[in-house]
Amino acid sequence: MRFPYDTTYRDGQALLRYPVGRISYALLFVALLAAPWLLPKYYVGEISYLFIMCVASLGLMVLVGYTGQVSLGHSAFIAIGAYAHAWMLSQGVPFVPSILLASCITGAIGLVIGLPAIRVSGLYLAMVTLAFAILTEHVIGHWGSVTGGFNGLTVNNPVALGFNLGGLRPFYYLCLTVLVLVMLGLVNLMRAKTGRAFKGVRDSEAAAYSLGIWVSGYKVLAFVISAMVTGLAGALLAHHVRFLTPEGFGLIMSLELVLMVTIGGLGSLRGAILGAFLISMLPTFISRIKPLLPDHMSKQFGLEIFVFGLVLALFVLFEPKGLNGRWIKFKTFLETFPLYRQDMFKRGKTYMKSERYR
Amino acid sequence: MSPALVQVLQLAINGMAIGAIYALVALGLVLTYKATEVLNFAHGDVLMASSFVGWGLIVALGWPFWLAAVCTVLFAAAFSWVIDARVMRLIVGQPQFAGVMLTIAIAFMVRGLVSMAFGPQSRTFPTPWTGHKTQVGGIVVSDLSLVIVVAALLITVALFWFLKKTSLGIAIQAASQNQLAAYLNGIRVKRVTSLVWAISGAIAAVCGLLLAPTALVDIGLWIVVLKALAAVVLGGFGSVPGAIVGGLLLGLIEQFAGVYLPDGFKDAMAYLVLIGVLILWPRGLLGEAHGRRV
Repeated sequence: MRFPYDTTYRDGQALLRYPVGRISYALLFVALLAAPWLLPKYYVGEISYLFIMCVASLGLMVLVGYTGQVSLGHSAFIAIGAYAHAWMLSQGVPFVPSILLASCITGAIGLVIGLPAIRVSGLYLAMVTLAFAILTEHVIGHWGSVTGGFNGLTVNNPVALGFNLGGLRPFYYLCLTVLVLVMLGLVNLMRAKTGRAFKGVRDSEAAAYSLGIWVSGYKVLAFVISAMVTGLAGALLAHHVRFLTPEGFGLIMSLELVLMVTIGGLGSLRGAILGAFLISMLPTFISRIKPLLPDHMSKQFGLEIFVFGLVLALFVLFEPKGLNGRWIKFKTFLETFPLYRQDMFKRGKTYMKSERYR
Repeated sequence: MSPALVQVLQLAINGMAIGAIYALVALGLVLTYKATEVLNFAHGDVLMASSFVGWGLIVALGWPFWLAAVCTVLFAAAFSWVIDARVMRLIVGQPQFAGVMLTIAIAFMVRGLVSMAFGPQSRTFPTPWTGHKTQVGGIVVSDLSLVIVVAALLITVALFWFLKKTSLGIAIQAASQNQLAAYLNGIRVKRVTSLVWAISGAIAAVCGLLLAPTALVDIGLWIVVLKALAAVVLGGFGSVPGAIVGGLLLGLIEQFAGVYLPDGFKDAMAYLVLIGVLILWPRGLLGEAHGRRV
């Protein structure tokens, strides 16, 4: 076990405190830079998609994990980001302003959806966002003049400074850059005043209020930040799928995003990344094991959704802290070896605590 | 009667029939919410699964309708009991979010299993009322709508009688108000909450059987749970009479919106109602007002 011992302010501010962390992250970064030249083409596209989902998952994590506001409707923000970006590209707006504007538009809509969050919380907010996602799908379907309706909308290639970013490898680096920027921004935001206010609002609204934190303001701010990041992911996703239809942004996508943050572990950005990895990899993995199953089972669509449900249920039941919690336990095991105890992270007896009057 | 009046009455009758279904589904949601504070997102999938089971018993095995119906209801009740006693109980004491996620997980698994077992095709099964119609002064009432409304009425009355008059019903109310106090008074809280889940599952099965002849037996049948959520919110969250009133009103709103509002509003109406009520009037029609506890 290492105890932080700061001698300068710089020590306390450092993102990576120890050489082990610095070396491992540097190695990871080099590996990610080299990946498109070493891996087969199919996987490069898959990993770009994975990065996009990581960005979206980070966006949702700010809201659910850090501010404690459950949103079951983040597919709507992805859809808005994607359609806004695709529409602006088709109107001749250059790539970089377009993607930033798309993110801002999504943020503005997040502001509108965040305003009810002042009045409703918990389950009610989950239902409002769920309904909002379904309504967004309806609006996209029926607003044919801008979105192409149910016929779909083709997305132009991303071109920045006369350089086509639509190719497999350039797009990979584009997604990686966005992911790294978003990640760095959020890491710093979450340990700054804003992030600490978010956590305060999550853990106890009354306590945060009495400490002078503007609770309703921070709740709405969390929505705006979350929507902006998710909209950014949506704009990238538009280039990945190349052809937008309302069905592509259905309820299942919202639930998948919530799955990512839950399975990853609420309240940690690392968890968002790990969860996005696991959930985005599952369909590929399932299609790999399909040939091993009996024919009548493997031919149905149901297998995938069943495995999603099973994984989620196992995590909620046996590892509520998610993949990140598992990682922390493993790290503690290594650091304190041989002193690790089974019940180090176990809570005492629990009873049903009413949230009815919150 | 003038044609306009006939149309309004016709819409009202259709709206009542679909609203009765919403009311029953909403009732099931409210019951489990009151007993365990879990918003059961798997409710719609229990409904969908039981309509598939009903199809399997009636069409595939050729059982008589009533026998199959009773077996389906018993199956759904047993299934819900097991979900509460073996799965939901493990997360007692965790935040509400865990309950939401776990029921979503169960919903996914049920949906996946049904789709693997039965395949994705839509189908239908005959009921004793299929195709019969009654005409009253220009208004056409299908027997099925009548049966739905009557069934909803009977179930509601029976449930109210059970909850208000029998000692078991009062035990259920006590357990849902304060588990610890109920336990100290000798109520078997675990068994009672499982019973509430079983009742809610049975109601879902009845809805599944009644909905199947009109809406086809299909994987997408679970979506009715989202409409029922709107009904619950409209009636006032956590209120049993509110769920009934909200369901009926929502059915009417949908039917009238389908005719008098532009295309596309019929499907979106329930969600508009949900958002509007929650933002402008979170108490709903019959909900209780609560202060915030620190």
